Amino acid sequence: MSATDAVLPDRAPGRLTADVADPLLRPRFGRIWWACLILCLGLSILMVVSLVVLVAGGVGIWGINTSNVWGFALVNYVWWIGIGNAGTLISAMLLLTRQRWRTSINRFAEAMTLFAACIAGLFPIFHLGRPWLFYWLVPYPNTLGLVPQWRSPLVWDFFAIASYILFSLMFWYTGAIPDFATLRDRAKGRIAQVAYGILALGWRGSARHWQTWQSYYGAMAAMGVPLVISVHSVVGMDYAAGIAPGWNESIFPPYFVVGAMFSGFAMVVVLAAIFRRALNAAHLITDRHFDVMGKILLTGSLIMTVSYATEWFYGWYSGEHAEQHVVATQLWGDFWPLYWGMLAGNCIIPQLYWWPFFRRHLPSTILIAIAINIGMWLERVVITVVPPARGYLPSQWSSYWPTLWDWALFAGTLGFFGLLFTLFLRVIPAVSIHEMKEQVAEEAPT
Amino acid sequence: MSQIFGPGATTAARLALPSLVIVPAVILATLIFLRWTDYATGEGRIVDQNVPFSHRHHTAEIGIDCRYCHSSVTQSASAGLPPTETCMTCHSRLWSQEEMLQPVRASWESGERLRWNRVHDLADHVYFNHSTHVTNGVACTSCHGAVGEMRLIGQQEPLTMGWCLDCHRDPGPNLSPPEQVFSPIPPREAKVDAAAIHVLLEDYDIDSSTLTDCTTCHR
Repeated sequence: MSATDAVLPDRAPGRLTADVADPLLRPRFGRIWWACLILCLGLSILMVVSLVVLVAGGVGIWGINTSNVWGFALVNYVWWIGIGNAGTLISAMLLLTRQRWRTSINRFAEAMTLFAACIAGLFPIFHLGRPWLFYWLVPYPNTLGLVPQWRSPLVWDFFAIASYILFSLMFWYTGAIPDFATLRDRAKGRIAQVAYGILALGWRGSARHWQTWQSYYGAMAAMGVPLVISVHSVVGMDYAAGIAPGWNESIFPPYFVVGAMFSGFAMVVVLAAIFRRALNAAHLITDRHFDVMGKILLTGSLIMTVSYATEWFYGWYSGEHAEQHVVATQLWGDFWPLYWGMLAGNCIIPQLYWWPFFRRHLPSTILIAIAINIGMWLERVVITVVPPARGYLPSQWSSYWPTLWDWALFAGTLGFFGLLFTLFLRVIPAVSIHEMKEQVAEEAPT
Repeated sequence: MSQIFGPGATTAARLALPSLVIVPAVILATLIFLRWTDYATGEGRIVDQNVPFSHRHHTAEIGIDCRYCHSSVTQSASAGLPPTETCMTCHSRLWSQEEMLQPVRASWESGERLRWNRVHDLADHVYFNHSTHVTNGVACTSCHGAVGEMRLIGQQEPLTMGWCLDCHRDPGPNLSPPEQVFSPIPPREAKVDAAAIHVLLEDYDIDSSTLTDCTTCHR
């Protein structure tokens, strides 16, 4: 097996630690990092400004109207939570199925999940119009004499996302405790020592610590697997529980779960490439990793294609004029470029992954992954915008066009995600050092 | 390598970790509890008025009916505040030089209405209709308290949504027979007779199944 074929680095465990940990402890981090940070900070300020303007002016500054009540808020919510889906998949499902290649990517995929899920949560809350009353979604003893409306998908959403974010945070943090201890022990500065020391929670690496940690981590992973399915199923039910033609379909939950994994994995590929370049870590994330992820993306693409075909079939088979009209509008109506762009990004372009060359050639694989992310975003636009604009009542037919503030908030959240990720790369080991070393040690020739 | 943390660090961590849960929980519980206090609901609050009008004196003591001043209470959503002319039917003759009534006379002369400060202030997104309540057996005193005993009017009930719903979910016990609806002081004996409640519900023809629809109060 050649060096680029390995999923595990061909290095001594001690050097691995140094590879990952030492850059974090250096006082300077390079100009590119600062450039990224400032760019993302600028966009994050844009996000804050658009949220302030939104709260001051109300949701009318968005392009929503009486038919398209959701608009970009829900488009971006679903897109972000979809991206947030892959981290738990990688950390939990691939851990339980003992996929060795996950150790290189699970830490930053989990970080991606956490950041994306938090950003996703912003959209429905600010879409409420009175975001400061979001706690009305929680069943707490109140003077209103009310509990939340359990038949409302918004309430399901709240529980699905809240439990997902809490889980992701705990799983990510506890997975990193041994690495925080490593950084604590290697840090030279007092501040770094104390900060990493507090995060490490007194980890000494004793056998008892490891035993407790492993049983805890395995149990958490097992608990996480249902969450991978539940969180995006609930997002799918947001739509499926609505009675608009094109939404009220039982295929939505599984179709959304696969779509989420698909877009999430595509984002992992993009971030893995950035990370590999930024930290000069070609030995940690090898071409083989991109090869494996390319295969997963190809599978996802095929399932998405089948799902779209199923929607067309449903439209025809239902015999329902409104359903057929929605499908026809998607394919040939005002929004046809979006729908065909979605099909290109999600179904056609990923077929390149059949060829090993495209899975291993880094620039191609990144471009394909970006195409998938754009395709998945377009999918959410098409799903969110077309059915309510072409409902059962022709008098309610409308068009939707995002405003400047819709775009500003979306761009802002992209920047905020980048900001969180840039800071993450600076202070937290982006690769799980201890899991990587464990794998290397287990497979070392004796 | 020297020790990073002192000997007390473990104890500090053991205290800090549970407090990550306990402190937010206590803060939330306190915030939740505060919503029931009089401070938050305004129950028992007495509002200063430009003219210290005594409801006790005008209703229970000298026997003016509620509707003499709040004349639209049986016909419209708002009970209505009396114009200065209503005050002056008596006070052009009685206590006509009283210092306390100077704002009333000033209003009479200038034509500018008296400014009263609202005591019972519902949220703007609540649709409350006085007439539908008083013509269906909800007495003035059921919500406003024993007005006939108050020198200065104060808020007697919490006016929270939960308080509204208590009655909307089970209106029977709060109904009065028509002759008692405008009584300034509620009858002393509590009316708990199930048969009497049933008769009142029948007489007023109250269908309680729709009383808790969202659109009953939020339109």
